[in-house]
Amino acid sequence: MDLHFGDSKPTDEEKAAVDALLGPPESSWEGADRSDADLRWARGGREARERRDLLLPGLHAINDRIGWISEGALDYLCRRLTVPPAEAYGVATFYAMFSVEPRPATVLHVCTDLACAAAGAPGLCAGIESRLGPGSGVSVERSPCLGLCERAPAALAVKAGDPVRTAVSAPATVEAAVLAASAPDSADEEPPAAMAVPQAGEPGLALLSRIGVVDPTSLDDYRAYGGYTALRRAFELGPAGVIREVTDSGLVGRGGAAFPTGRKWQATAEQPDHPHHLVCNADESEPGTFKDRVIMEGDPFALVEAMTIAAYATGAHKGYLYLRGEYPRALRRLEHAVAQARARGLLGDDVLGQGYAFDIEIRRGAGAYICGEETALFNSIEGYRGEPRSKPPFPVEKGLFGKPTVENNVETLVNVLPILTMGAPAYAAIGTGRSTGPKLFCVSGSVDRPGIYELPFGATLGDLLALAGVRDRLRAVLLGGAAGGFVRPDELEIPLTFEGTREAGTTLGSGVVMAFDDTVPLPRLLLRIAEFFRDESCGQCVPCRVGTVRQEEALHRIAERTGAAAAGDIALLREVGRAMRDASICGLGQTAWNAVESAIDRLGAYE
Amino acid sequence: MTVIPLGVPRRLLEFTIDGEPVRAPEGSTILDACRAAGKDVPTLCQGDTLTPKNACRVCVVEVEGARTLVPACSRKAEPGMEVKTDTERARHSRKIVLELLASSVDLSTTPQVAEWIKEYEAKPDRFGPDAARLNEEPKVDNELYVRDYDKCILCYKCVDACGDQWQNTFAISVAGRGFDARIAVEHDAPLTDSACVYCGNCIEVCPTGALSFKSEFDMRAAGTWDESAQTETTTVCAYCGVGCNLTLHVQDNEIVKVTSPHDNPVTHGNLCIKGRFGYQHVQNRD
Repeated sequence: MDLHFGDSKPTDEEKAAVDALLGPPESSWEGADRSDADLRWARGGREARERRDLLLPGLHAINDRIGWISEGALDYLCRRLTVPPAEAYGVATFYAMFSVEPRPATVLHVCTDLACAAAGAPGLCAGIESRLGPGSGVSVERSPCLGLCERAPAALAVKAGDPVRTAVSAPATVEAAVLAASAPDSADEEPPAAMAVPQAGEPGLALLSRIGVVDPTSLDDYRAYGGYTALRRAFELGPAGVIREVTDSGLVGRGGAAFPTGRKWQATAEQPDHPHHLVCNADESEPGTFKDRVIMEGDPFALVEAMTIAAYATGAHKGYLYLRGEYPRALRRLEHAVAQARARGLLGDDVLGQGYAFDIEIRRGAGAYICGEETALFNSIEGYRGEPRSKPPFPVEKGLFGKPTVENNVETLVNVLPILTMGAPAYAAIGTGRSTGPKLFCVSGSVDRPGIYELPFGATLGDLLALAGVRDRLRAVLLGGAAGGFVRPDELEIPLTFEGTREAGTTLGSGVVMAFDDTVPLPRLLLRIAEFFRDESCGQCVPCRVGTVRQEEALHRIAERTGAAAAGDIALLREVGRAMRDASICGLGQTAWNAVESAIDRLGAYE
Repeated sequence: MTVIPLGVPRRLLEFTIDGEPVRAPEGSTILDACRAAGKDVPTLCQGDTLTPKNACRVCVVEVEGARTLVPACSRKAEPGMEVKTDTERARHSRKIVLELLASSVDLSTTPQVAEWIKEYEAKPDRFGPDAARLNEEPKVDNELYVRDYDKCILCYKCVDACGDQWQNTFAISVAGRGFDARIAVEHDAPLTDSACVYCGNCIEVCPTGALSFKSEFDMRAAGTWDESAQTETTTVCAYCGVGCNLTLHVQDNEIVKVTSPHDNPVTHGNLCIKGRFGYQHVQNRD
């Protein structure tokens, strides 16, 4: 590879940001001053190229310190990693949280997604923008779902520097959001994670039992409340025994696809190619979903333990925790938990003295919903654009770095703990025959007690909404997030199981339940969903790249229309939607039409 | 020149296409098998010298048991597979994809696409006059070739040809996301400030004419480009001893562009700047 670099130079601060991650450069080939040794030998090449996966952390390092990524900074990072600048530019421009144009050091992300829009985000945005005009040193950006739906409307301030500072304002007022942006260090502290769990402390919880009970920063506290008993049991059972328990438990993936976890683990474990990798998908970006955040903030050691068990069962010695970039508190809690576990021999070369080596590396996303798609996530970690790969080959065969990889989301992994502590039969007895175990639901919108609820599979939608205190004049419920579907207020008898929702012609998806009363204008909600998919499409395949745009255009045209006036565009939407579902490469394009279709068919949105 | 690759004989897989039994060598794609069986499946982004990117989704076919349609260009044939190439479902997706493409970019210089639009009864106009289009001006920033991204369907072929599949220069990549995704060099700079080495292999693989010789671009603008009046002569490049084949496209006794045969075992269609663009001395008649 004959790399060409322009003549733009990094500033001292940009160079320092990259060097803090990669160490100082050793030769002029990678940006140091020229020395006599450089005439005789070259560094870089293969050695540096193998660190390509540090491209995303490198972009974060620059963006965190400076607030944006200049040509000089990007070229310097490329020199250090032997990455072609054109490719790095393609990666830097892929993520919403990065900018390759100069911008103020502070960015205030104001959530404009479903729950926040219903809770007055447009007014909030206008108020903030009038207070923080040009020259305020703050760039106000409208953001997709920040995962703070239980406290809508929400805003997240990120102030570049060393170190980068963040502050969350939720429920946000104009004053509080402006304060968070102008002085993140003195903004009000976020309420504890338990505030998002209305059931906190209740007996009988399996997944949420420790949230609000343990100190999320204390490993000792975690162990005092049953932590690490599941891992001990895993070591007793051996890898095959763990997989058998997980298989017998009937656990299926909680990220939305509902694939049997035991089968995935088995398929990975038996691959002859090594090394095997474990990836925890914590890129929770589905609008309305915040359960993974609450687990990571309230019970981070549980995730560390669960990842250790999954890795042990599937023969992986390295685990990547891919965390969405919009979760600064979850990042801090997990970094602390991983460091604690490492210091106490629960991660590292000899986990629990069992001679098994495993460690976790946390990787931060940078604002891209598509990176929650499992193969797009691999590309993102590897330092490429977060575009999905075509399958087959499947990740269990060729996943991260082309090696067999098991990928599970946070909720799925955390379920492994009760499976091992209570045993597969007891776990499988919870829920229904085909949907076993407890399930987390993210309830938000027109309810009195929004938050995360844990219920056994089989409870009805009505049960859940009653628990959350659904308000009068319910107009619609969105199940499964933007990729899910709407149901009517007279359909609350739908059982919350995979088979029950399927029979009812809808989906459980990632467990989102958003209630909307009749004050929420439905066409505007649908427009927001269409806008979301248009923004978040990676652009790789035609049906999704152009289809999401045409969908949004048609919804704009009929925003104020009904009946015959809308019929032509609805027919067009159906035709385009069908092709998107059939011909898109990945789930994003395949589901982008679901919610709108359900609103037309079930709610009569434009009648 | 046709080259018959000699190698270990491959096993034959048996499966069906449109109900008819077919046999294809192990490793063949569905598209290979369809073409061998004399069936035409349309495709835009597939290239004979590159790994299929399956981004255009025009070649989708129905495979029994698959939840969604599958891209024929990249899905490997499997024994017992039941492939249907011409169902209503597949035709519908192709039609919509053609409509989406034709409504957003300029396909006027894309070979064959007009026939497909007719065959699938695609009506790109039905998204209305306000449908978002790329609407980009051609980038003319050097004397050798022009980038007219208004014609770009983002097939990634130029990226792959410039990158690890052929040239290893990595001068271009996709930047941005979604509908705003564009082919770009680093920092979206002019080509002259980029890592481009002007091998022109990206032009060789471009399926839509988004990348073209400056000579062709200028002649099209002047209305003098006339492919029917052109002759093609394949010869050997005289610059060095490698022996690359050049196909000279000649109109009115002037070389108007240079391509290279893809079945040539030396170059597979690739050339360097001299072979691709260094033909002016031939027609210097002063």
